[in-house]
Amino acid sequence: MDPLIQLLQINSNRSTSELAQILGLTEDEVVRKMRAAEADKTILGYNAVVDKHKAGHRGVTALIEVRITPEREGGFDRLAKRIAKFDQVRECFLMSGGYDLAVLVEGKDLLDVANFVAEKLSTLGGVLSTATHFQLKAYKQSGFLANSGDDEERLPVSP
Amino acid sequence: MDYNSKLSTQIRDLPRSGIRDFFELVIGRSDVISLGVGEPDKPTPWPIREAAIRSLEKGQTSYTSNLGLESLRVAISGYVENQFRMTYDPKKEILVTVGVSEALDIAFRAMLNPGDEVIYHEPCYVSYSPSIKMAYGVPVVVETREENKFALMAADVEKAITPKTKVIALNFPTNPTGGVMPPEELEKIAALAVKHDLLVFTDEIYCELLYDNQQHKSIVEYPGMRERTVLLHGFSKAFAMTGWRLGYACAPAPLIEAMMKVHQYCMLCAPILSQVAGIEALKMGASAYEDMRQSYEQRRNVIVSRLNGMGLHCFNPGGAFYVFPEIRSTGLTSKEFAIGLLEKKSVAVVPGTAFGAAGEGFVRCCYATAPELIVKAMDLMEEFVNEVRAGK
Repeated sequence: MDPLIQLLQINSNRSTSELAQILGLTEDEVVRKMRAAEADKTILGYNAVVDKHKAGHRGVTALIEVRITPEREGGFDRLAKRIAKFDQVRECFLMSGGYDLAVLVEGKDLLDVANFVAEKLSTLGGVLSTATHFQLKAYKQSGFLANSGDDEERLPVSP
Repeated sequence: MDYNSKLSTQIRDLPRSGIRDFFELVIGRSDVISLGVGEPDKPTPWPIREAAIRSLEKGQTSYTSNLGLESLRVAISGYVENQFRMTYDPKKEILVTVGVSEALDIAFRAMLNPGDEVIYHEPCYVSYSPSIKMAYGVPVVVETREENKFALMAADVEKAITPKTKVIALNFPTNPTGGVMPPEELEKIAALAVKHDLLVFTDEIYCELLYDNQQHKSIVEYPGMRERTVLLHGFSKAFAMTGWRLGYACAPAPLIEAMMKVHQYCMLCAPILSQVAGIEALKMGASAYEDMRQSYEQRRNVIVSRLNGMGLHCFNPGGAFYVFPEIRSTGLTSKEFAIGLLEKKSVAVVPGTAFGAAGEGFVRCCYATAPELIVKAMDLMEEFVNEVRAGK
């Protein structure tokens, strides 16, 4: 993987001047590479990884297992892309195993997610079944430990 | 009571570590960006910690063999063969110790008679000279110089050899300079050791942390060296296991047997918890440190270019995670520079003199810290240097 992409994956909040120093590039080169990666969709976007509980978010998140019928042309793609377009859907993956799509959905409350599943998802042509699992607590998000409470202090000077 | 009269003169006369003096200036300040820490900035990789937790759950809390767990010695034997292309018998040629510091200490105590001379290089890690003195040996310093990229020159070693010389002690890559040994010099030093029938203690603690696609070569790999070399290595740096205190010595059986005698009476054995963790670390091998090594290389490039950019000449070190910029151009001594930078800009670096007199005119910066902190520290250091030069 490109070192710039690697650095942005770890922390996309670094300034372009910092990135330039770390990579030994000029700031212009960094900006150019970033724009190119955004244009060709290597970089899909930039998010802060947030502890929603601490941020006061009272909504709910659910992982929905969806079984769908593949189509003669395009397999799962057309329907999966349709599902992914809903605003409530945060993640959507084609999976191996007992179901086809893993769909991560966020809603205001249980009812909001239940309505989405009942009215929008299940009613799509080609959707055979859904199984909804509500998230209770986050321990790790996007590679960041949540609330681990074990940040260790180093001594300020050592041999 | 006059406690001074109660102390061993040997210990009473040992100087305090320069690092400790500086540590006391820094401790208690929460606003400091520290480039003064000689350890990785990440905790031990999780699988290693997990293995230790599992061993505790299983109740593995007993003593081990004095030599260390046999399964660990077998793992060390395999790792050393891969790393140094040298085989050691796990049953009698490998001793597990409480860090390389203990291994070094017991090697000196096992081999030195009063008055025996040990040639070692400065600037170097703080414990070499005291360890030699505590073993009643005589430390003989050979200075490494920046024009040689802080490598040890065989010609300088040769000048220091006397009829009393018994050991040459090496530590490359070196703390604090990051210097590495060119193979041709290593070969010449090996030839000197053979010619004068000397022992060599080689501390390889940073050997995994090499940059610019270099391949590490140890002095033990040269003809005639295996029989006279005590190879010292450990887990602290590459595997980020500083607090586990785990190291080892590999040497011919008679030398290990002698070191074992000291070890069994003063230490008994390394902690079993650390030994179990060590087995897992060696199973992980390079996968435990390769990403970190690559990120250190990036950080080294940043810090070297920034230091040179602010007019502090800094050679590009080939290994470890330290840079050793020259600060003479500011007109300050090493100590004045480090204290001034700490007081005025809250950035901690260690005066070069903490690593021996040859460190005067330099400071040590450890770049095993987050890149954004390195950049910030360099910004502040540049301000400080400009202010000093402007006579503020």
